[in-house]
Amino acid sequence: MPDIKELQDFATQVRRDILRQVHKVNSGHPGGSLGCTEFFTALYKVVMDHNTDFDMDGKDEDLFFLSNGHISPVFYSVLARTGYFPVEELNTFRLIDSRLQGHPTTHEGLPGVRIASGSLGQGMSVAIGAAQTKKLNKDKHLVFSLHGDGELQEGQNWEAIMYAAGNKVDNLISTIDLNGQQIDGSTETVLPLGNLRAKFEAFGWDVMEIENGNDLQQVIDGLNEAKSRTGKGKPVCIIMNTVMGHGVDFMMHTHAWHGKAPNDEQLENALSQNSETLGDY
Amino acid sequence: MKEYKNTGNKDTRSGFGDGLTELGRSNPNVVALCADLVGSLKMQDFIDENPERFFQVGIAEANMMGMAAGLTIGGKIPFAGTFANFATGRVYDQIRQSIAYSGKNVKICASHSGVTLGEDGATHQILEDIGLMKMLPGMTVINTCDFNQTKAATIAIAEHDGPVYLRFGRPKVANFTPEDQKFEIGKAVKLYDGTDVTIIATGHLVWEAIQAAVELNEKGISAEVINIHTIKPLDEEAIIESVKKTGCVVTAEEHNFLGGLGESVARTLALNNPAPQEFVATQDTFGESGTPEQLMDKYGLNAAAIVKAAKKVLNRK
Repeated sequence: MPDIKELQDFATQVRRDILRQVHKVNSGHPGGSLGCTEFFTALYKVVMDHNTDFDMDGKDEDLFFLSNGHISPVFYSVLARTGYFPVEELNTFRLIDSRLQGHPTTHEGLPGVRIASGSLGQGMSVAIGAAQTKKLNKDKHLVFSLHGDGELQEGQNWEAIMYAAGNKVDNLISTIDLNGQQIDGSTETVLPLGNLRAKFEAFGWDVMEIENGNDLQQVIDGLNEAKSRTGKGKPVCIIMNTVMGHGVDFMMHTHAWHGKAPNDEQLENALSQNSETLGDY
Repeated sequence: MKEYKNTGNKDTRSGFGDGLTELGRSNPNVVALCADLVGSLKMQDFIDENPERFFQVGIAEANMMGMAAGLTIGGKIPFAGTFANFATGRVYDQIRQSIAYSGKNVKICASHSGVTLGEDGATHQILEDIGLMKMLPGMTVINTCDFNQTKAATIAIAEHDGPVYLRFGRPKVANFTPEDQKFEIGKAVKLYDGTDVTIIATGHLVWEAIQAAVELNEKGISAEVINIHTIKPLDEEAIIESVKKTGCVVTAEEHNFLGGLGESVARTLALNNPAPQEFVATQDTFGESGTPEQLMDKYGLNAAAIVKAAKKVLNRK
């Protein structure tokens, strides 16, 4: 495992990538991307046993499914910087003829993406299916998924949550990015989520929490703890508290930057708070 | 005139069930999912023989479609079964994003399509599903006509790499296609050669088209009959060739005229060989409760309706 300083440098560079991607095309979703930077860094640099020589079937490796596809900037940056495709390709985010579509897709053949997402609420079902195939194939590797908190307002999630517990899909770790924000405001004002821990537990999941999802060490420890809880008859849910826009002071603690790109001046300010570590593309 | 013999009424859904059972024995990658309609979809034999390869998802079709997409990752070939209404309209976005756009090798198996579902009424009788499915890029759309053809199609689609919508029905209907037929996706089956009018039918209307051709023949009208089991990709060559000869066409389907086989045929002809066309289909309406026969009669979906349409289109030549 790389040391924590190296990982933090990686995360800082990912934040720069996120900001520069959305700035260039004046569109995209920086808020949730910045909030999940530590999660992606931990998952792809430390926790998952994965193969960057991409194969759709993903046999004998851990799999990840992004359900809240709008945070594609962080996904793309981490896939590129862990070797799935050239880092320079981040330059094509949301441009015509690009593999880096606004929301991730398999359609253009981007390595590292196994399902299209963007229309919310579908990723957990897909992750369950992939987890069941791993069992049929006697493949002991795990399936990870990430979901926005607002996304849980989509009813399909609750079909999937019921299924996974009822059928003991215990090779699945689903993480909820609890940042309390969605497009129209806080989840509390738009449609309160209630007690998520109690809800998942009532459905029969093993639920744990990451108190600060923007503390890299906590995320690594949390994901490793989740791994140790798999194979025990229950799907594992991680409720991960994050701050939308984390790492850029003026983007934090607000839904305003959910789907808005910074202008030139704002970009300069944001980048000054995240200095270049691994080299910009 | 060749006689097509009904070897005994059977339901197309049982053809699906038998085909799935056979696949269970021949293809270890085939898995099945169902949303609380195992009996209706005739999936029990597959389940008995392959319990570990069956996923009962409960009354949760959206989750079923997503799971089916996920099951393909690692090489499984999922057959997801439910009623046509719940297999399409209810889960359109799940099919669109997780299956079609994602290019997943999922077989959507839709029973109880059309008005012949009968007494349950319009909430369960979808007449828009062919349209919904054929509009999805990359989706293959198949509507089989009898037990034997449904069984053959079920087996054939496992060999096709890509999403497929397989549409079949509830009632026992004439079983007249060969038991040992080779099912070729996208290939029309010509049932009668004719010179005056082409009748292009799909699903339950194929048997009706045969009856209509016999009746027309008695009146001195020579009808060519084509069984189109694959609505997408459409066998355009067979259609163009036939209509070039006859000069007019009747399409027949248990579906709304909007979005169905008829419109696909009309597009093909408009581009290649414009010709008068009549549409035997439901007329932009919902269904209702009744027996299958009553409904086919009331909504103009039988041999009599095809004969009437043929006479009409002949006058427009």
